[in-house]
Amino acid sequence: MANLTRSEEEVMLADAARGFLDDAAPVSHLRKLRDAGKTHDPSLWKDMAAMGWSGILVPESAGGSDMGHAAAGILAAEMGKTLVCSPFLSSAVIAATALRQVTGERSAAALAGIAAGDVTYALAIDEGNKFAPDSTSLVAERLGNGFRLNGCKTFVVDGGFADHLLVLARTDEGLTLFDLPKDRDGISCNAQSMIDSRDAARIDFENVEATGDNVVGTVDDAMRVLKPALEAGQAALAAEMTGLAAGAFGMTVDYLKERKQFGTVIGNFQALQHRAAHLWCEIEVTASAVINAGRVLDNDPDNAAFAVSLAKARAMDTAKLAVIEGVQMHGGIGMTDAFDMGFYMKRARVAAEWLGDYGYHAEQVARSRGF
Amino acid sequence: MSSLSTDPDQFRAELRDWLEQNCPAEMRDASTAEDNICWGGRTWVFQSNAQRIWLERMAAKGLTVPTWPTAFGGAGLDRACEKIFQQEMGRINARPPLLSFGIWMLGPALLHFGTEQQKQHYLPPIARGELRWCQGYSEPGAGSDLASVQTRCDDKGDYWLVNGQKVWTSYADKADWIFALVRTDRDAKKHLGISFVLIDMASAGVTTRPIKLISGVSPFCETFFDDVKFPKDQVVGTVNRGWDVAKYLLTHEREMISAGGQGLGGGRALGAVLAEQSGGLTDATLRAAALKSEVDALAIGLTLERYKDQAEGGEGVGDASAMLKYVGTELNKQRHELMMSASGSDALQWDGKSGADPADWLRTKANSIEGGTSEVMLGIISRRVLGLGA
Repeated sequence: MANLTRSEEEVMLADAARGFLDDAAPVSHLRKLRDAGKTHDPSLWKDMAAMGWSGILVPESAGGSDMGHAAAGILAAEMGKTLVCSPFLSSAVIAATALRQVTGERSAAALAGIAAGDVTYALAIDEGNKFAPDSTSLVAERLGNGFRLNGCKTFVVDGGFADHLLVLARTDEGLTLFDLPKDRDGISCNAQSMIDSRDAARIDFENVEATGDNVVGTVDDAMRVLKPALEAGQAALAAEMTGLAAGAFGMTVDYLKERKQFGTVIGNFQALQHRAAHLWCEIEVTASAVINAGRVLDNDPDNAAFAVSLAKARAMDTAKLAVIEGVQMHGGIGMTDAFDMGFYMKRARVAAEWLGDYGYHAEQVARSRGF
Repeated sequence: MSSLSTDPDQFRAELRDWLEQNCPAEMRDASTAEDNICWGGRTWVFQSNAQRIWLERMAAKGLTVPTWPTAFGGAGLDRACEKIFQQEMGRINARPPLLSFGIWMLGPALLHFGTEQQKQHYLPPIARGELRWCQGYSEPGAGSDLASVQTRCDDKGDYWLVNGQKVWTSYADKADWIFALVRTDRDAKKHLGISFVLIDMASAGVTTRPIKLISGVSPFCETFFDDVKFPKDQVVGTVNRGWDVAKYLLTHEREMISAGGQGLGGGRALGAVLAEQSGGLTDATLRAAALKSEVDALAIGLTLERYKDQAEGGEGVGDASAMLKYVGTELNKQRHELMMSASGSDALQWDGKSGADPADWLRTKANSIEGGTSEVMLGIISRRVLGLGA
């Protein structure tokens, strides 16, 4: 088992990320975007690209920094602390990991576009209200040398602003992953504002034509490229949620130390101390599962499913507890829109559903544990 | 006997080879049932020849206490090699050759606070399983408020004289020696008048009385000291500063107790256990609860590993041991509840062979009390980690 503590380089990466984000993207940045009716800040993403974040999983040959999944998790966690809105997960983690599974000029060019921050991606995979890639029914039927896609995708996170879509479709003998520009004829994108003020689109495909060049990897074998991409995304999302939990918890403990009632700070009351201490324990336990997932993805990627699902399951459980306790321990002010805790609660709910909910991931764990 | 390589890859190869040749077949069953544990000690009767051979061979290699220095009976393994050791023991499902409070608790405290002479005198017999130790901490009036201990220890010039009573002394009736907290200054503030002392249980004036528990067994005793004399060099650390030793030892005790509930390592997956007991785990409510418990157990196991990775030079995990103890013991109680539930009425007989042992289930209820209650653990975290309260 790899060392589960952070290396010196990893601590430096986290510190550098924190320094940048505290300036460029505190929670007030999300609030400003929301109040302006926006879900994305292209100039913030350009700055992140300049620091190498967009290319963190892109090979150096394609212009990336290729620092690995543990490092991606560190950035995601820091972003989670202040609920940063960016295409990091969709583009830099999920799309980059899918595209790097295949060789060739086309994928190299696509990866270079991601690393440069010039091209953004969204993953179009869900069709119902739950993550269930095996049940995909959007069809890509053979049409001469190419394909014709018909169907509908839901909950396409970042789908409103993304330039490209990775689309999972059913083909003759299985599932196939397509890389399509969003402006392809027949694609209609209905961007919807989610509770957490980010963008998730419903996207309809009506006789959308694709060529063999649009296939990522091999026809009928989407999972070879998509499985690593999903695991990378799930692990990074779990990391983001640990950051989210830590952010909400930090606000809560600070509040316990300053809010006075009955003539004393409320942090002196044992009932609240024990709630806070229990939450800290949960955050610590989850942090271990998340670090482990990053290590396994870097060292033994073919056998990472178990570690990743463990991390995602724990992360959503802990994030949920952190925001519920966060509101409760803040009392009435925690319920107001003017205070930030509500943003944490909403993001935690969205993150819990994205890329598989608790039941989905616990079931993956169950399979390997004799249930 | 030659020592093992310090190069991790070579160490693994040599260790695997050595274990293959030296671990008796009967010891390749990592059962933690009380009947299979080797506690060692002066009066220990080995349950089998294989148990004796296994202890002797492992002790000769320093592998009963793999991370202790070789000078005191250990193998001097660093963290990387310790992990490999655990993995290789797990690979052949090897039983621990020796369990003891000397290894878990006194040893680390002596390594940290003991004099060179004390280390040389007390540690090697622990490593070889020759002396069995018990812990004299709690008293009738000092439970969660441990620093209130009143057992009186007076300086009589050339010896110490002890009078008082300890309670919840695990296996005091079977132990050879006791490490105990006693009051050596009755006028000082309560934390500042305590000393950490070592007493031979065969001394005149020491008596023990087992306490029968709800589980029907008596792992705990009352221990009485009635004008017990012991030599001056049997104080560990500074006189009247025993609380520092006690706290340090407690972090190791808590770490040890927390590991009891793990599904990792030698432990079997809860899902497999429950499926066997209930004939397939078809009850959806039970299955969902077990699944969550399994997810938590795996994450807690990783947390224990992470904190060991962080701890330098076997120094223990400090205040985080309160967290490990709290989550580990609450988990263990929950797992035993699930096992009882899975076995249904089969598990209600004292001597039943249902797979779920009602005595074990009852025993786990003490996990979140012994070594500091869950509430004491949460208090430690609040104060020392989160900085809440005065």
